[in-house]
Amino acid sequence: MKGRDEIAQALAASGYIADADLATAISLMQLLRRPMLLEGEAGVGKTEVAKALSKVHVTELIRLQCYEGLDQSSALYEWNYQRQLLAIQAHRGTDSIEDQIFSEKYLLERPLLAAIRRAQPPVLLIDEIDRADDEFEAFLLELLSDFQISIPELGTIPAITIPHVVLTSNGTRELSDALRRRCLYHYVDYPDVDREARIILARIAGASPSLSLQIARMVESVRKEELRKVPGIAETLDWAAALVGLDIRDLHDAPETVHETLICLLKTHEDRARVTPEVTQRLLGRVA
Amino acid sequence: MSCCGSSPEFDDLDKVSRLVSARLAAFLRTLRDAGFRVGLAEGQDAATLMSAGFAARPGLLRAAFKHLFSARKSDWDKFDGLFDAFWLGKRVRSRSRTIGSAQGANSPSLKSLQGTRPEQGSRQSVTDQVPSSDDAPEGHGGEGRMEGASRAENLAEVDFRKLADPDQIALAHEAAAQLARMMRTRLTRRDLARRRGQRLDLRRTIHRNISHGGVPISLVKRQRKDKPLRLIVLLDASGSMSPYTSVFLRFIHGVLDEFHEAEAFLFHTRLAYVSDALKERDAGRALDRLSIMAQGAGGGTRIGESLQSFNRWHAQRVIHSRSCVMIVSDGYETGDAALLGREMAALSRRCRRIVWLNPMMAWEGYAPEARGIKAALPHVDLYAPANTLQSLRALEPYLAKL
Repeated sequence: MKGRDEIAQALAASGYIADADLATAISLMQLLRRPMLLEGEAGVGKTEVAKALSKVHVTELIRLQCYEGLDQSSALYEWNYQRQLLAIQAHRGTDSIEDQIFSEKYLLERPLLAAIRRAQPPVLLIDEIDRADDEFEAFLLELLSDFQISIPELGTIPAITIPHVVLTSNGTRELSDALRRRCLYHYVDYPDVDREARIILARIAGASPSLSLQIARMVESVRKEELRKVPGIAETLDWAAALVGLDIRDLHDAPETVHETLICLLKTHEDRARVTPEVTQRLLGRVA
Repeated sequence: MSCCGSSPEFDDLDKVSRLVSARLAAFLRTLRDAGFRVGLAEGQDAATLMSAGFAARPGLLRAAFKHLFSARKSDWDKFDGLFDAFWLGKRVRSRSRTIGSAQGANSPSLKSLQGTRPEQGSRQSVTDQVPSSDDAPEGHGGEGRMEGASRAENLAEVDFRKLADPDQIALAHEAAAQLARMMRTRLTRRDLARRRGQRLDLRRTIHRNISHGGVPISLVKRQRKDKPLRLIVLLDASGSMSPYTSVFLRFIHGVLDEFHEAEAFLFHTRLAYVSDALKERDAGRALDRLSIMAQGAGGGTRIGESLQSFNRWHAQRVIHSRSCVMIVSDGYETGDAALLGREMAALSRRCRRIVWLNPMMAWEGYAPEARGIKAALPHVDLYAPANTLQSLRALEPYLAKL
């Protein structure tokens, strides 16, 4: 249980307004030394969790963005070929050249290797793991259980420190059961009105508490409409910034502006067409 | 260890911890029964958590266990209920419903699915209809009775000769599975033949040629990795489709078995994800498992609603850029046809192709008059009959082109 309350405080201090369970999850990560898998809709702040975590632990954030076709050479390590070639040209005729060019001097660290070689355990964010291929997932699983990397020319490199690993997934592909079991699981949901209002207040300079609450309520009712793309927190913040920038103090004062700025929330043509001025009016009516 | 409760004596502590671990083991069993994948490592970690003081407050323990034991959204959603039921003794609705529905698997339409096993074939055709009246008084008979009636009607109407003779049924099923196997092989081969445009992999070439002092002698090329075709089958298991359901189930079972990437869903009044159940290699066992999942068949077909839940909950995960969605249905929509149209439009934006197989299409004088099919057709890429194995086979060249 050590540190759970401190973690909650540190999260709040770092500007991340967490839901109640997240502090527990983070203290579990420390206690059990397991990675954490975050799932949730796009734009609910999964990546932000990792950033907040690095602030809580006051440590570096190393990010690995996954994509289709991601392979070891861009995730793990790569030899610095140009440098090796130069060395070969420069030392032509010397025998020991092979020992030299396969030394750490010629090794390029990629995020996964970098994460286990820091003096202080960093936060390793493996973003959108579902976009990587199955093979990469299997490879990652091995790394996450052993925390050592073997480089054929150099030998095995053990971890100096074990990083805090956060994985995020948008659910574009089903992850393997093995990976899921290895991780702690946290589902990041859309925040409730109160929490969203606090997030706006914390993030947008110049937003008044009453406006933040209005925006949060409005966004909540927009989310309840049948939309193709439900706005996330990132969209809410965009919209709040727009409204503050346009110097709006109260949503009821400027219904037209509210309707026009809804483009910050509605990101498809269909959704835009669905929320007509009348709908905006109706939604505004629900915002006290 | 030191922070658990108020210092009891050592013997007591030992007894308590033994009690707790027995209780914990029982909880793990409950979770496994509820579909959680919980291994030994999780059990150990749970014990660690309890001794680390997380057991002090139920809310805290629940949050901790929730993170530890959940592996996906569905686990996450049902965990609190399970936890409360087990540790706090609260009744949980969702849990009791699950148990109830498992018994519901005896409903007649499902027996008809199971009846596809050849050795039962002849007997089954009799028992098929009898229990529908027997079952009716035991609780949820309303749907069952309706189902039985409509099925009998269909069997009379549909002159589907293949279903009459058990041997022929077995043959048809075998052929359907075989067909799926063949389709897979050929689709793969065509993939290979279409591959072209090799690019030079500079990085690997240099790496390979360092031993030649960097002079590129042996070249390394890169091939674009083709995504395998993914087939997603949505099968209508409603009463009006029942003469065809069993053959298609065998076909789908074959597809799931053979294709690298395939997913299957079953729908009637609601949608059920059946890939896992069908991945059982033994066809008979797979259909058994399926019958448990397909509870509540009958009472009309809500294609629109089923598609809606598919689009909302499954489409993002299941569909990728090289996916073909195959809907097998007669298009008799008892729900809202406009909703069906909307959901079909949403679906067609997502996937490469939509194939709609309608077994009734081959009937003489059939025109797509049903409201459902009318609303859906504008969004369908291929609308084909599928009442014979021949017509299923005809699909293959089409799929190969995707």
